Amino acid sequence: MTAEAASRPAAAPEARGVILGEWIAARGGLVLLASGLLVFLTLPLAMILMRSFEDRAGAFVGLANFVRYVQTPALAQSTWNTLTFAAIATVVVVPMAFLFAYAIQRTCIPAKGLWRSIALLPILAPSLLAAISFIYLFGNQGLLRGLLPLAGLSSIYGLPGMVLAMAFASFPHAVMILLASLSLADARLYEAADAMGTSALRRFVTVTLPSAKYGLVSAAMVTFTMAVSEFGVPKVIGGNYPVLAIDIYKQVIGQQNFQMGAVVGLVLLVPAVVAFVVDAVVQRRQKALMSARSVPYAPRPARLRDGLMLVYVVLISAYMLVVILMAAYGSVVKFWPYNLSFTFDHYRYGFEEAGVEHAYGNSLVMAALCAVLGAAITFAGAYWVEKTRGADALRPVVRLQAMLPMAVPGMVLGIGYILFFNSPANPLNVLYGTMAILVASTIVHFYSSSHLAAVTALKQLDGEFESVSASLKVPFYRTFGRVTLPVCLPTVIDIARYYFVNAMTTISAVVFLYSPKTTLASISILHMDEAGAIGPAAAMATLIVATSALVTVLSLAAEHFILRRTQAWRRAAAPA
Amino acid sequence: MTQDEALRLEGIRKSFGSFVALGGVDLAIRRGEFVCFLGPSGCGKTTLLRIIAGLEQQTAGRVIQHGRDVSHLPPAARDYGIVFQSYALFPNLTVAQNVAYGLVNRRRRRAEIDARVGELLELVGLPDAGRKYPAQCSGGQQQRIALARALATSPSLLLLDEPLSALDAKVRERLRGEIRSLQRRVGVTTIMVTHDQEEALSMADRVVVMNHGLIEQCGTPAEVYEQPATPFVATFLGRVNILPGRSLGAGRYRVGDVDLELPVDGFAPGTDVRIFVRPEDRHVEGDLAAMPNRLSGRVARIDYLGTVCLAEVGCDALHQPLTVAYSLNQLHDLGVREGGRVDFALRPDRVRVFATG
Ligand SMILES: Nc1ncnc2c1ncn2[C@@H]1O[C@H](COP(=O)(O)OP(=O)(O)OP(=O)(O)O)[C@@H](O)[C@H]1O
Ligand SMILES: [Mg+2]
Repeated sequence: MTAEAASRPAAAPEARGVILGEWIAARGGLVLLASGLLVFLTLPLAMILMRSFEDRAGAFVGLANFVRYVQTPALAQSTWNTLTFAAIATVVVVPMAFLFAYAIQRTCIPAKGLWRSIALLPILAPSLLAAISFIYLFGNQGLLRGLLPLAGLSSIYGLPGMVLAMAFASFPHAVMILLASLSLADARLYEAADAMGTSALRRFVTVTLPSAKYGLVSAAMVTFTMAVSEFGVPKVIGGNYPVLAIDIYKQVIGQQNFQMGAVVGLVLLVPAVVAFVVDAVVQRRQKALMSARSVPYAPRPARLRDGLMLVYVVLISAYMLVVILMAAYGSVVKFWPYNLSFTFDHYRYGFEEAGVEHAYGNSLVMAALCAVLGAAITFAGAYWVEKTRGADALRPVVRLQAMLPMAVPGMVLGIGYILFFNSPANPLNVLYGTMAILVASTIVHFYSSSHLAAVTALKQLDGEFESVSASLKVPFYRTFGRVTLPVCLPTVIDIARYYFVNAMTTISAVVFLYSPKTTLASISILHMDEAGAIGPAAAMATLIVATSALVTVLSLAAEHFILRRTQAWRRAAAPA
Repeated sequence: MTQDEALRLEGIRKSFGSFVALGGVDLAIRRGEFVCFLGPSGCGKTTLLRIIAGLEQQTAGRVIQHGRDVSHLPPAARDYGIVFQSYALFPNLTVAQNVAYGLVNRRRRRAEIDARVGELLELVGLPDAGRKYPAQCSGGQQQRIALARALATSPSLLLLDEPLSALDAKVRERLRGEIRSLQRRVGVTTIMVTHDQEEALSMADRVVVMNHGLIEQCGTPAEVYEQPATPFVATFLGRVNILPGRSLGAGRYRVGDVDLELPVDGFAPGTDVRIFVRPEDRHVEGDLAAMPNRLSGRVARIDYLGTVCLAEVGCDALHQPLTVAYSLNQLHDLGVREGGRVDFALRPDRVRVFATG
């Protein structure tokens, strides 16, 4: 072998092609990703800023639009309304979710898996569904309308209905964060508190709350941002309580006033960005906390506490189930609440007369495209950013852009797309009104969480795989296909599922971008509700939940099956 | 450059921002040599290894492999195999697929590849492990698989970054010998990074002692241990007593109330010096009265370290305690015990003297 090494030519000839190929692939992938994010995210957002300083003719008018905005009482009022709504929703949802997460992680109630699954169900539903259900329950023809005065309310429309619906829609997002943060308990702290004879209440205040404070802040910021950006809920059950998302819609779709739409979009961006920054700062702190060595905490049974908590968890689960089942029930009764006989008329009406079949088909196509393309782009993108070498100046730029969508409400993204892609000067305006733009906007809208999931999975791999490949003269993209992708397959499937479900339920960005040919199921709910056809609207919402649920179950089963078939190495036991 | 030279580093510097990780490293390595980079944590060993591999780009300086300047070539254009501390075995590939990873790319026939993989697994002593997954192998086995993978393409240079540090002490000791004999058989030029001095001294042909991004000394294990070139090397390798003193000229030094005669000159009278004496560099038997540099003191404490024991002796004349080594037998034969008195003489040939400063 010494002789072999000695006779080796200076550069192995087969290495040259590899090097050139790698050079191009590494930089090319990054450039492609960076320019994709630029065109489908940053430029549309920049367009909002530009338009807000122009008049309808496109001339620069400085701050005139902003002055007019402040001077229009109706518009200024909705800023205040939006903040009020978001604040109340946060104050309601976060304690509600905290107690639920506490019951799951820190008490000994039975059937935790069941309660957890029920709490996550709202993810499968469009937020419109909750609004429709509350109209069925407490609306003008509501079954339980008589209960409203007991709560001091005269009508469900407006703030009360919006908060109730939001408590459904944002609950799982808050709960997931709090479940994670309460899972990181340090048993030693509790033992120390017990050893000092601390009372249960004091222990809760001095140990439990502080250890969960970062999770609480994060959950609050997520709930707040969701409420600020929410469009479907106020549209359906908002009554005479205008919020910013509704204003954008009216300015752009109703009055074709893109400049004022841009101004309102910027105003809407402010609270979302503030919440995003607060959350980012807090999460950085939490990372430092988590690296500390801690002993996991296992709760011990306590009859009274466990009993009370079980009651609470059952009530919350009932809330989630009632909302979903109410819409489902409403969709199969003849004429709520007067004629409760069973019928499929609402489905038939929706499919045959309201052109819903078409919308539902579009939604399936779009969700499938988002799932496949989104998962591919997101995972490959995260890999290129984290694991390749070269073009290092691009990396921070791409990372920043990848996190940006989290701070951008869908309505704002949507108006940016109109302004950017609808401009005759833009050669990309051929995309306007196509399925492609719906897919692009949806992937971008949900990019941040998916990107984070992909990065987390990649960071769990040994950091030297690419270095080893290079030393063996195997190009990194071959290692990507042969090692990285197979090892991360579960994450990739999770990301695809996440895109699918969100594409089925989203309306905020796409409501600006669909054309008659590309209308979506979620948007058709909005139209049927506007037309007063609440039965068909409920039918469509139910259909979306059923589809999301079915795809979730199927993909979980597929994941399980694929892992069993192809990933024997995961079961390889550690040697004795 | 000689025909015999496998690798030459010229003025390698590396900065991370304003932090200087390597401050100008020059080194030449002969073909077939086993070289260890040894130094405390953070001294730049790994950085230097990664620069040789092309995984890190040096700020300045040249890397020359077999007379070819590879300073700016990407890793894939250089010729080496590497084993990382974590081994970086591909978890979803079998052991055989891992070892064959670099061969498959080279348009070789299936049978040829299989034969080569078998040969390599035989070489590292795991002939039957081919069908297992890495997770089914012990740490020591994984280490050897990584070694086989690195050697598969017959590289002319093998780079090892702390290859044994993830293993427990017993396995580590066994693998030291195995790696060394394997390297001799294959004849591949090898650079190993370690912060374990025992490992470096027992395995290397040549030890490169590094500190703060610079080479302090480069020599055979015996050279760096017995003739440390700098105070850092003397203190980093093994145990050493440091006696502050003053040169009296002509090889005489005053420490406390004692005058020592040492075969080391070159310090002007009055120069402050530090005298480095290892615990074992002393005579405790024989005709002590006839020897120079005789000392005596009271044993304050004895540490038993197995075959060797270290006695801490309070020498009043030196104004400081001195650690003296005794074999277990000497301890009994000479009746050394805590609280007792002992006589001994320093071995002048082994003592090192450095100017203070
Ligand atoms: N990418 C980097 N950015 C900034 N500083 C770095 C980077 N890589 C290494 N350093 C610094 O350079 C110095 C040398 O690092 P290196 O990894 O070479 O040390 P080492 O000798 O291998 O230490 P150890 O024994 O701990 O592995 C360290 O102080 C380290 O903090
Ligand atoms: Mg290191």
